[in-house]
Amino acid sequence: MNSSRFDITRRTALLTSAAIAANVVNPFRAFAQETPRKGGVFNVHYGAEQRQLNPSLQASTGVYIIGGKIQENLVDLDANGQPVGVLAESWEAAPDGKTVTFKLRKGVTWHDGKPFTSEDVAFTAMNMWKKILNYGSTLQLFLTAVDTPDPQTAIFRYERPMPLNLLLRALPDLGYVSAKHIYENGDIRQNPANLAPIGTGPFKFVKYERGQYIIADRNADYWRPNAPYLDRIVWKVITDRAAAAAQLEAGELHYSPFSGLTISDMARLGKDKRFIVSTKGNEGNARTNTLEFNVRRKELSDIKVRRAIAHAINVPFFIENFLGDFAKLGTGPIPSTSTDFYPGANTPQYPYDKAKAAALLDEAGYKPAAGGNRFSLRLLPAPWGEDISLWSTFIQQSLGEVGIAVEIVRNDGGGFLKQVYDEHAFDLATGWHQYRNDPAVSTTVWYRSGQPKGAPWTNQWGWDDAKIDKIIDDAATEVDPVKRKALYADFVREANTELPVWMPIEQIFVTVITAKARNHSNTPRWGSTSWHDLWLSA
Amino acid sequence: MRILSLAGRRLAASIPTLLLILIGVFLLLQLAPGDTVDAMMAQMGGGDAATARELRRFYGLDLSVPMQLTNYLWRLVRLDLGFSAIYGKPVATVILERLPPTLLLMTSALSFAFFFGLVFGVIAARGVNRWPDTLISTVGLIFYATPSFWFGLMAIVVFSIYLQWLPAGGFEDIGAVSTGLWRVLDVASHLVLPSLTLGLIFLAIYLRIMRASMLEVLNLDFVRTARAKGLDETRIITRHVLRNALLPMVTLIGLQAGTMLGGSVVVETVFSLPGLGRLAYESVVQRDLNTLLGIVFVSALLVILVNFITDLLYARLDPRISAES
Repeated sequence: MNSSRFDITRRTALLTSAAIAANVVNPFRAFAQETPRKGGVFNVHYGAEQRQLNPSLQASTGVYIIGGKIQENLVDLDANGQPVGVLAESWEAAPDGKTVTFKLRKGVTWHDGKPFTSEDVAFTAMNMWKKILNYGSTLQLFLTAVDTPDPQTAIFRYERPMPLNLLLRALPDLGYVSAKHIYENGDIRQNPANLAPIGTGPFKFVKYERGQYIIADRNADYWRPNAPYLDRIVWKVITDRAAAAAQLEAGELHYSPFSGLTISDMARLGKDKRFIVSTKGNEGNARTNTLEFNVRRKELSDIKVRRAIAHAINVPFFIENFLGDFAKLGTGPIPSTSTDFYPGANTPQYPYDKAKAAALLDEAGYKPAAGGNRFSLRLLPAPWGEDISLWSTFIQQSLGEVGIAVEIVRNDGGGFLKQVYDEHAFDLATGWHQYRNDPAVSTTVWYRSGQPKGAPWTNQWGWDDAKIDKIIDDAATEVDPVKRKALYADFVREANTELPVWMPIEQIFVTVITAKARNHSNTPRWGSTSWHDLWLSA
Repeated sequence: MRILSLAGRRLAASIPTLLLILIGVFLLLQLAPGDTVDAMMAQMGGGDAATARELRRFYGLDLSVPMQLTNYLWRLVRLDLGFSAIYGKPVATVILERLPPTLLLMTSALSFAFFFGLVFGVIAARGVNRWPDTLISTVGLIFYATPSFWFGLMAIVVFSIYLQWLPAGGFEDIGAVSTGLWRVLDVASHLVLPSLTLGLIFLAIYLRIMRASMLEVLNLDFVRTARAKGLDETRIITRHVLRNALLPMVTLIGLQAGTMLGGSVVVETVFSLPGLGRLAYESVVQRDLNTLLGIVFVSALLVILVNFITDLLYARLDPRISAES
């Protein structure tokens, strides 16, 4: 692996420095002077088919990787991770935070030729984002109406203050617009356009052969001048990771997004000159590995035991030997890639210290029995990702050394969610927490009490802490960005002190892409964006 | 007409079995934790409780288990396989789309295994305990002992990456939309590696069975009589021995057609083929009950059909069998 490509400081520097993004097209190599080439077919690895392709209805990378080329969002993130208008040209929030006005782009048409207007935005916001879209329904909970005084203006009205920077950082993922005239009649969930999307994006949907491939062709009437460059994008359904790596090598694929290959294949292809293997372009899809404590269990309700468990696990050793360049030490629920909210590492941390772990356990009253065993726990690892499986085994062995016997109970996806988040049939659970550019989108729900039973990826650990609840609620409606950032620093400090969930590893998805691709990985959520400027060199 | 009535009787006899299998699978999937909405949430990578509640109502998962089972069986009586939760289409359509690749793969792998199993089995039996026999048996054992996913991946590495002779996966070339004979050749080239991979394991079994059964028949009295009549060896082997030695092979094919439907999950996954095996696997992971039951139903019908054909073949190979029935 060429470690310089993964250098975190270099990547962070690229993201934060405003000067660089203006003229560097591809930060990996000096290709800036190359003339973009029109044409070509771009073949993309598609690992897990979804039930639909419309990103206004389902927020997940598996949908954005296709639907995000066909439909567009109001706002996206630029190379510096700052909001930049796509279908919206400008925006303005009222001082009380209760109205946000978007001015929309003129001269944009849907793929069927009808004009794009504020009616489409109002319809999508009220009927899809607020009612159906996962995370959207939480974000837009207090949205009461979207006014459309003219075709280019959409005014979002909220019952409670909506921080503008929260909305702008959530909309890249949760702000894809669908056409009103396609969806206004009939059941939205059953609409045929969900599997044959119609949008305003640079590529037009052509065909979906379930289990095989999806094709989209160049939209000749696209609103950005001279875009897109590619003639066609083909997404090939390949569920076997090793087979996908083989197809990349055989030249039948150009791109495997979101850590779609095995760790060993990614490391191997990273040494191959024909490919670029990097975490760049995925900063907006940061995730942390978790350790979730069911505090209903007597032992785990004791903060000393939770801290002892954290101290007993040698995280740097695990990262170095199992995850390599693809991960780094985490410092809490807000990852270091979040330039707007990262509070630094100056919050309570739990470095590896076996003696301290043992002392804490003794102090809590759990002395080792004759065989050295203090107590036993059931650990449920999520089935997605090799790293989770490795991490759960590592936890088992580490805790075994301080006298906690861990039994690993493996399930498939549905089973894991049911047992952990609905039936609470776990002592420890481990999976991924996905950070979506603002802690209010999908992070604070891991700590806020009162989550409905059965809601996946929320606080189902029986954790109830008035102090942290108050910080979370205050931050969600705080319109002053500086105060908001400070509140989230308090939130991380409190979360790391009480430790209902431990988030000790930070990961960013890894991209494997052909070295012929240009203008790739140039924004923090590149895999999900429209690829209007992507081209292939000869 | 006699064949039709036989087929009808066979089908009627298998209805209770079919019903038991369907109810069994239905209940078994109820035991698995989580439902299709949980699986969907897992796939989406996140969602809130309101979304989940809404989806459960949408898929009819808020009904009781006996209620769901009764609904399902009643629909089946009317030959309605139901609606697939993951595909958003009628189950019958989903299965029909997936059937051709599976059938093609199964037929080509079985034919390959059967033909070469037969040839190598005969060669091994003819040269029993000499070097051809030892060589064939050893190679057969290696094929049998090697997992098929490994074979598949190695075949891709050699033939697709290094030699670049054959495509690494998929059912047909998406870039070039071909028709007629070119399309047939295109699909065939995509099926070479998967068929070999799937066929190799069965080849090993067939050649062992063929060898053993040849050796047994070669020692029977009528072979000695044939030799005593002064028939030449080739004629004895092809007309007398082979025909009798084929019976166990035909039995095996009937039994293994079912296994192959299931056994192709691995091969379909490695070669990214859109077949029934992968569909079944996905429906289990996604808890898509209707689709899974539909596949069980169709597979059961296929197995019954293959066994019926096997019975007809018996009669053709050994006239005594049909005379008795």
